[in-house]
Amino acid sequence: MTEFSNRLRPRDEADLAELVRTATGPLEPIGGGTKRMMGAPVEATPLDLAAFNGIIAYEPAELTMSVGAATPLGVVERELEARQQMFAFEPMDPRVLLGSPGEPTVGGTVAAALAGPRRVKAGGARDHLLGLKAVNGRGEAFKAGGRVVKNVTGYDVPKLFAGSWGTLGVMSELTLKVLPAPETERTLILDADDASGAISLLARALGSSHEVTGAAVVDGRAAIRLEGFGPSVAWRVGALLRELGSPDAATLEPAASRSFWRDVRDVRSLAEAPIVWRVSTVPSLAAAFVARVALSAQLRVLYDWGGGLVWLGLDAAYEDLVRGALAEGHAMLFKAPAEIRARVPVFQPAPSGLADLERRVKASFDPDNRLNPGRMGR
Amino acid sequence: MIAMPKPDPQILARRQAIAAQLRTLLPASSVIAETERMRAYESDGLTAYRQVPLVVALPETTQQVADVLRWARREGIKIVPRGAGTSLSGGALPVADAIVLGLGKFKAVLDIDYANRTVTVQPGVTNLAISNAVDAAGFYYAPDPSSQIACTIGGNVAENSGGVHCLKYGLTTNNVLGLEFVTPEGEIVRIGGKHLDSPGYDLLGLLTGSEGLLGIVTEVTVRILQKPETARALLLGFASAEQGGDCVAAIIAAGIIPGGMEMMDRPAIHAAEAFVQAGYPLDVEALLIVELDGCAAEVDHLIGRVEAIAALHGVVVSRVSTTEAERLRFWAGRKAAFPAVGRISPDYYCMDGTIPRAALPRVLAAMRDMSAKYGLGVANVFHAGDGNLHPLILYDANVPGELDRAEAFGADILKLCVDVGGVLTGEHGVGVEKRDLMEYQFDAVDLEQQHRLKCAFDVDLRFNPGKVFPTLHRCAEEGRVHVHRGETRFPDLPRF
Ligand SMILES: Cc1cc2nc3c(=O)[nH]c(=O)nc-3n(C[C@H](O)[C@H](O)[C@H](O)COP(=O)(O)OP(=O)(O)OC[C@H]3O[C@@H](n4cnc5c(N)ncnc54)[C@H](O)[C@@H]3O)c2cc1C
Repeated sequence: MTEFSNRLRPRDEADLAELVRTATGPLEPIGGGTKRMMGAPVEATPLDLAAFNGIIAYEPAELTMSVGAATPLGVVERELEARQQMFAFEPMDPRVLLGSPGEPTVGGTVAAALAGPRRVKAGGARDHLLGLKAVNGRGEAFKAGGRVVKNVTGYDVPKLFAGSWGTLGVMSELTLKVLPAPETERTLILDADDASGAISLLARALGSSHEVTGAAVVDGRAAIRLEGFGPSVAWRVGALLRELGSPDAATLEPAASRSFWRDVRDVRSLAEAPIVWRVSTVPSLAAAFVARVALSAQLRVLYDWGGGLVWLGLDAAYEDLVRGALAEGHAMLFKAPAEIRARVPVFQPAPSGLADLERRVKASFDPDNRLNPGRMGR
Repeated sequence: MIAMPKPDPQILARRQAIAAQLRTLLPASSVIAETERMRAYESDGLTAYRQVPLVVALPETTQQVADVLRWARREGIKIVPRGAGTSLSGGALPVADAIVLGLGKFKAVLDIDYANRTVTVQPGVTNLAISNAVDAAGFYYAPDPSSQIACTIGGNVAENSGGVHCLKYGLTTNNVLGLEFVTPEGEIVRIGGKHLDSPGYDLLGLLTGSEGLLGIVTEVTVRILQKPETARALLLGFASAEQGGDCVAAIIAAGIIPGGMEMMDRPAIHAAEAFVQAGYPLDVEALLIVELDGCAAEVDHLIGRVEAIAALHGVVVSRVSTTEAERLRFWAGRKAAFPAVGRISPDYYCMDGTIPRAALPRVLAAMRDMSAKYGLGVANVFHAGDGNLHPLILYDANVPGELDRAEAFGADILKLCVDVGGVLTGEHGVGVEKRDLMEYQFDAVDLEQQHRLKCAFDVDLRFNPGKVFPTLHRCAEEGRVHVHRGETRFPDLPRF
């Protein structure tokens, strides 16, 4: 992680609570620092969580993993791989797009909720966060959720923390659901006339019973991932190709398929773009949305989630154009220089009734707005 | 019996006037104020608890819900939301000084979108009706509570309900994409939609499972899936619950997440067999039903693997379904387990804790000791894959003291679930039933934080009072006085 002269480094949970409680100004919780270039810029004292590092309990047969918030994602993923398991939401590595230093951590990954291609089938970070320990903006340590995979006791507070960007509380410990990693995978690459045609193919694949776990449009062609046990994948590849009427499409073998989806996950094709938007929309509306933006701006595009996730690479922010073209969903300014992120709302602004509720939710955790103030524009 | 908050005598005295005012906001047929007709609403699935409501309101449109809620806020009247009233935790139990706001007239399927694989319905649509609406196209809605012919999607959202398939396909919360709801202030708010994730806080995730404490859900968008090509089941009998539990762990460790994985203990097996003659073996201590679904190539492959795993774990009876009729017969006993137990005992009380599966032998042994201590029988069915137990405590409400003993037995089981690292409820909700155990799982600071969230939505605590939280001090007095049934709670806690 980058060096900061003025950073605070709590030693343990009690120390963390004390630091937050006695803080005289705003604080910026930091895990590995890979996503500091995201969200609205924050003027705050860095709160370095490096002390909360390590696997606390890994129970493969219970499908649960408890870790300190600043445990590097790579460390946990290696541990999971050794038992043929995974975080099924396939978190992206933001460094590819942002060029940022440091190591992504589990806490930061969940706080940013940046799920990858398997989101369409397996859900996002929200769907895999089972429980947590955190310190709220009042400096009180509390726990929420649990350490078992099925739990409806009390409000589902962990859901709020997935995607809260460090604005509700400082997580010190997280329990996540883990799942078996697929035995093998194949990817089908199909030609299409245009993006809209490719998205229709993806819709048919996702609407089939073949349990598609990746559905992207890359370079104008539809890419479909099938994962699972060997005999099952082999059969589904054939069946899906027959159903889609393209028996001679190209297939990627496991190694090629893995690296293909790693690049989709990390949006490598847009790495050079100075401005990147991440747009969540209704799949069947995606191509028309992109066409409207393309009328007035040069762009590069990657569609994931069957068209439901649109990555746009641009050379300027074009915020009115992008948000104006979007009929349903929300657009996040994923990558942009700080001066643009200070001016343009990074996260899609909410309508007033909803915005009001969100403000009250924030205040219920952090009444003095101590934690990452303004980072989400909320 | 768990005590409900004392009703406000002034509200009770205004009952007729309140009904009259409601009739100015709603069609006449939407207001029920005659005691006899209100009896249909006096209870839910936790039938030991009954209370005739103040008035029943059955609005027909979101705007009517908003009008009623705005008026109720002005008048300081409490609200108990209600779907089909199948809650097993007393979530929909009326309180004497509150209006029951029923969503029974919200019956429309609003939109079916196969291209984006979503269905949008009103909250009074039953769980099964969603699957039926898309059945012809081969789709279904995955979460399948056993009550699915009766329970509503609004109730499912409020309880975050599960079903036997939720190990593989997720609970309600993993399958809901969008909501329209009306806040206690009467504001209509939409969250999510046909797209994924939200730009701000995940209020969709918060509302799901909030047990009617934060607002009235008036529209729900869910994702639908194409039905699996086929499904087959194994029936596996073991000489001990421990072996059955080890087999479950080994199946998961082998990377297999079955579509369903259910376990029954000896008393449950016997009750079920006597009731439906499913052909269950009667000389085993644990019976496992493992269902594998997907394409035939996958199902056949995994059936073989699960059979081999079971053999390694001392299985004594192992059968594989070869026809759909046989698969359904394997399930028949499990699906009829509750009524089957209802035949061997005048009353039963269904519990719902979750444990880390490794603790199963310990928990079952402790339950046997408790059963002896309380002098009440217990039969166990449970969702083995995710450690969600459903002990059924057998009692007779007509025998003085048995209901109290059953409740004490149940509370001991749930405390044990927490002691071994689990939780009070896996899918039925806290409701009234487990309210006073919340302090066993959460400490004061945890609960205080949840209470502040409640205050963010419902500042005068009018929604579903007496449910989920043991101590509800007024929002404005937050952090100062904790008054519960007249006593001060947390007496040792510093106040600031
Ligand atoms: C025989 C039987 C089997 C069952 N099996 C299962 C099972 O397998 N899995 C499982 O999870 N549950 C099960 N249940 C429990 C129950 O069916 C579920 O909790 C169900 O979701 C309740 O739905 P409902 O429409 O009956 O809601 P109700 O019982 O009417 O209400 C439940 C809660 O939701 C609130 N509520 C209802 N509608 C709304 C709304 N529109 N907006 C806001 N709040 C609302 C109520 O205030 C209450 O707190 C079973 C129950 C029975 C009787």
